[in-house]
Amino acid sequence: MRHIPAEPPAFFNRGPSPLARLAFFGIISIALLFADTRYRYLENIRQVAATIIYPLQRAAQMPGEALAYVATFFSSQRALADDNDTLKRQLVAQSPAVQGYPLLQQDNARLAALLDLRQRYGGAATAVEVLYTGRDPFAQKLFVNKGADAGLVPGEAVVDGDGVVGQVTRVFPFMAEVTLVSDKDHAVPVKVMRSGVRSVLFGSGAGRPPELRFTAPNADIAVGDVLVTSGIDGTYPPGLAVAQVATLERDTGQMFARITARPLAGVDRSLHLLVLAPAAVLLPQPEEPAGTDTVKRGGKGKTRRGG
Amino acid sequence: MALPKVPPLTLARPEEILRPARPWFILLMLLLAFAGNMLPFSGVAQALKPDFVALVLLYWCIQEPRYVGVGIAWLVGLLMDVGDATYFGQHALAYAVLAYGAEYFRRRVLRFSPWQQAAQVAVLLGLCAAIVLLIRAVGGAPLPRWTYVVPSLVGALLWPLVSVVLQWPQRPPASPAER
Repeated sequence: MRHIPAEPPAFFNRGPSPLARLAFFGIISIALLFADTRYRYLENIRQVAATIIYPLQRAAQMPGEALAYVATFFSSQRALADDNDTLKRQLVAQSPAVQGYPLLQQDNARLAALLDLRQRYGGAATAVEVLYTGRDPFAQKLFVNKGADAGLVPGEAVVDGDGVVGQVTRVFPFMAEVTLVSDKDHAVPVKVMRSGVRSVLFGSGAGRPPELRFTAPNADIAVGDVLVTSGIDGTYPPGLAVAQVATLERDTGQMFARITARPLAGVDRSLHLLVLAPAAVLLPQPEEPAGTDTVKRGGKGKTRRGG
Repeated sequence: MALPKVPPLTLARPEEILRPARPWFILLMLLLAFAGNMLPFSGVAQALKPDFVALVLLYWCIQEPRYVGVGIAWLVGLLMDVGDATYFGQHALAYAVLAYGAEYFRRRVLRFSPWQQAAQVAVLLGLCAAIVLLIRAVGGAPLPRWTYVVPSLVGALLWPLVSVVLQWPQRPPASPAER
């Protein structure tokens, strides 16, 4: 009797069935999702992979860059002259303020020294360019062309000519990820420039205006007020313009007013941005006096640490 | 000297037997698709931009299942997660399911006309997008607007073009009987 092999010959053998493969890789994916979202274990792997795909990303920029270069080359004399004119007028308009600035700075430094206050922001800044915006429709992020090579660190504020754009959230060797103020998970501590009322500006995701949450209905805020960073978080230097109040609904039946704002910076337009180095080293958290209840703070998953 | 005969830029007829694709061509097209996904678009173009990687993966899963299957799709998805700065495993899971779907219906899909194929591709790309949506919804993201489905539909509309371009190097030269 001839021997009939139990398994098909190697020629037909193509490994596990697609369903088995799908189950295997599906389970790994879900494990990865957990490890990434809950525990943030995978940042190192992300760094390595980001370095590997960096050349590809640069290659993808090239057609656009070439087009922009050609467009600049053929941009009309007229447009350039107009640009030049506008810039000159702006320069003249702003020069009185700038000329007065060193004097103010000196005064301020003296007063601050007298009052033993922290020095206001005067740190270094790095100019960066936007590489591309994230393709993820659930988050408002963009990528800029400098990273660890230029000494960027996560947490640095990113601004353009008109105001705050966002914050550096991840740094790769040659690029960095910026989370915009319109991102759903992003919050900026602000104060109203006119009245000094403090609040926090929360992003609401793509296509929706950021909101000032947890603001009392009787707070001194009006439509058109400019919101500037208050600086109390230690991330954003104080005094940077962030947004302008767009709508305001005071309902006495509600705990808080419904306030939406319009970002002043070209959050989704600007291509040239400035990354501001951290303002100053934060003072250490004061020790909890013994005997008081330690209150667990909600929101953002952060807990207050005692001593 | 006669010029080499090149096949016309149309979709192969079902009776045409395609030559096996070269591995470097498969890889090159995947890299190009990846670069396509990284194009710095904004505004309307960004909202319309299809997932090129999903399209090309789908094509190779259907045509060359020996080279590109669930495993490769998963690996490409991981790289996509890094490029997009999304959760690790999000695209990987979506592309693995996409590859499985392709494996499931690849034997019959090539019998259909290009636009009928496109309709089936739309379903697969939609499934891919739905998985991403599900993962993000579990992660606490708000529901996106209706424009979320647009890239899948644009991808399906591009399917005939993608098929023509990707199968062109594999097509045999026209037979003497047809000349």
